[in-house]
Amino acid sequence: MKLILTEEQEFLRDTARDFARERTPVTHFRSLRDNKDENLWDKDIWQEMVNLGWSGILIPEEFGGSDFGVAGISVILQECGKTLTPSPLFSTGVLGAYAISNFGTKEQKEKYLPKIVSGEITTALAVDESSHHDPSKTLFKAEQKASNFLLNGKKTFVIDGASADIFIVLARTSGNSGDLAGLTLFVVESSIDGIKKIKLDMADSRNYANIEFNNVECSNEDILGALESGGETVERILDIGRIAMSAEMLGNAESAFETTIEYLKQRKQFGVVIGTFQALQHRAAEMFCEIELTKSAVMAAIHGADENSNELQRLSSLAKTIAGETLNLVSNEAIQMHGGIGVTDEYDLGFFIKRSRVAEQIFGSSTYHTERYANLSGF
Amino acid sequence: MQNLEEFRKEVKEWLNDNCPKSMRAGANPSIPIDEVWGGRKAEYKNPESKLWLDRMGAKGWTMPTVSKEYGGGGLTAEEVTILNQEMFAIGAKGPLLSFGIWMLAPVLLEYGTEEQKKEHLPKIIKGEIRWCQGYSEPGSGSDLASLATKAEDNGDHFIVNGQKVWTSYADKADWIFALVRTGPKEPKHDGISFLLIDMETAGVSTKPITLISGKSPFCETFFDDVKVPKENLIGQQNAGWAIAKALLQHERAFLSSFGLASSMGSGRDLVSIAKKHIGEEDGKISNGFYRSQITAHKIKEHAFGLTLKRAKDEGGKASATASMFKLYGSEHNKRRHELMIAATGINGVAWDGDEFDKKDKDLTRAWLRTKGNSIEGGTSEVQLNVISKRVLGLPS
Repeated sequence: MKLILTEEQEFLRDTARDFARERTPVTHFRSLRDNKDENLWDKDIWQEMVNLGWSGILIPEEFGGSDFGVAGISVILQECGKTLTPSPLFSTGVLGAYAISNFGTKEQKEKYLPKIVSGEITTALAVDESSHHDPSKTLFKAEQKASNFLLNGKKTFVIDGASADIFIVLARTSGNSGDLAGLTLFVVESSIDGIKKIKLDMADSRNYANIEFNNVECSNEDILGALESGGETVERILDIGRIAMSAEMLGNAESAFETTIEYLKQRKQFGVVIGTFQALQHRAAEMFCEIELTKSAVMAAIHGADENSNELQRLSSLAKTIAGETLNLVSNEAIQMHGGIGVTDEYDLGFFIKRSRVAEQIFGSSTYHTERYANLSGF
Repeated sequence: MQNLEEFRKEVKEWLNDNCPKSMRAGANPSIPIDEVWGGRKAEYKNPESKLWLDRMGAKGWTMPTVSKEYGGGGLTAEEVTILNQEMFAIGAKGPLLSFGIWMLAPVLLEYGTEEQKKEHLPKIIKGEIRWCQGYSEPGSGSDLASLATKAEDNGDHFIVNGQKVWTSYADKADWIFALVRTGPKEPKHDGISFLLIDMETAGVSTKPITLISGKSPFCETFFDDVKVPKENLIGQQNAGWAIAKALLQHERAFLSSFGLASSMGSGRDLVSIAKKHIGEEDGKISNGFYRSQITAHKIKEHAFGLTLKRAKDEGGKASATASMFKLYGSEHNKRRHELMIAATGINGVAWDGDEFDKKDKDLTRAWLRTKGNSIEGGTSEVQLNVISKRVLGLPS
């Protein structure tokens, strides 16, 4: 496994870089937030991303996708992360596309994948039930009634859940809290009876929801993957999601760091630019090194995902841990080095620190993944 | 291609005939292994170490790419690859460790006169002369260019007075390559010369340095009215700083070729140490606090290892980040040893006597030795300066 991008991946990255610069600079996000946009992402911008083929990158060609892989979608998310571009690309282009392409039945694929490619539908993965991510503790119930299932329970922190057309929901069909066995994934259309979406207002001003299921009826055909294999399946989907999110977080960190270095070269105090102060130089150099380590961890994880590495889980936890820690460090230091302007709402840096802490919570914090890395490594 | 296959055959036969059995993989473990540095004072526990050095030296294969007129092997890059492959195939031991080869020879080839190359290179290549490095001084550590050891122009020779420090193996070396001040009035970088000095000259003396970890290869080296012929000056008088920097690059290149982290200190596995001394429950290190500290470190080491690999895969871009590798290599090594002694408990600070295992006493010393890692070869603070100025472009 070579830790470099292919030409194809570099091309995707460059396209995304131009797109983010021209179409979705941070001012785009700011206006969505200020205008309290209903979805907190822009439908026209999303359609432009769809037209570039991004929603189909993890979808096989026979369903209209390009099958460019996790590395392909991750370099795009990294670039989008640099300008805090809000869109359903993560929830739909990564989670929904990957889940259905890899675990869906023929009927599910035919039904949903072309619509993801065309932008007709967006999806959301509903896993968490409490303030801390832990799929094994799922209590959300799917009770078998004859050939049907009755879904009951509440999901929280569902990314793009307020606007999704399709939910992929993790439910317990047997066993107890703490078991990954006994879990099953269902694909459910969000418009059917018994589903209630409650918008969540999070610090990063993105689209999240709590979703309540009240006697929602599903059939065998709605199961994603096999009955009772949802634990293993969802872990795989989550790992792909963790890796892609790490790439986005790396983009956040790179951007906040670049802004800070520019500021250190311009801001004058005591008659000199503050970048001449060694107290700041050394901290800047440390951030540079941490970002370099994060790049390597993300690079290893995206290629590990595409090459189906048997180290995938460890690489995913490595990337999510390091990306979380680095982004926390950089977003804190960026504000401190900017001084007063860094804590004003008018300046963009506040968006980065808000995004950093919410992103860290997505599919397990750095602490969660440090523990998981230790368990997977036999420490 | 025909020629290369022919060459491979010759090398294979030559190695078969000339590489002593005890110099190959699978040698009788009771035969002592020498760390061969060559030189006039060398002592060999195993005479075959000397035989192997002499044979390889005569072929010039200790520096295979150097041309034959200077005693080298005169091989092409392709031929060197073949030589390495064939040596690897029989597990042949490298015949010679040498600061002369790693640091001085590349600089001689670039800056030396024809006479100087012919005089010194063959002796380096054959391992006849062992060299040491005279750079740091008590008053010149990170600020090396402030060095004060002076060499006064006295017609056909210099008179050298002063002191060097951290001269590795000076007590065992035959010659020293030293930075000296020949221009006391010039700006500090413009008054330095690169001088070769025979350690047997009257007025040169050495004294070993004991570190907090115990014995060390480091020495202090003193020069007291030492007469050095002018023919030993490399490059122009007062133009030695450029040579000094070129040599430091060669030094870093060979340091990184050893793989910084793994070559320094104890290679023992942190997790097994923790499980042994702290305890194990359900396959886990039983103390959660130690376990999380160790895991946090392991995660950093994993990402650092991937970064070394990425730099290699990217090819050539490594020089911009060499300072980062030095910084993290040494800081991680220090951290690893701190965690190892903490996990080893009382035994991790054992010093002497029969009540403690040798490997625990060695660990204590290894831990103390790592404290020098972030000082030698450029301190961590200097690396941070380099990154902030050269990589990030922050102003001075």
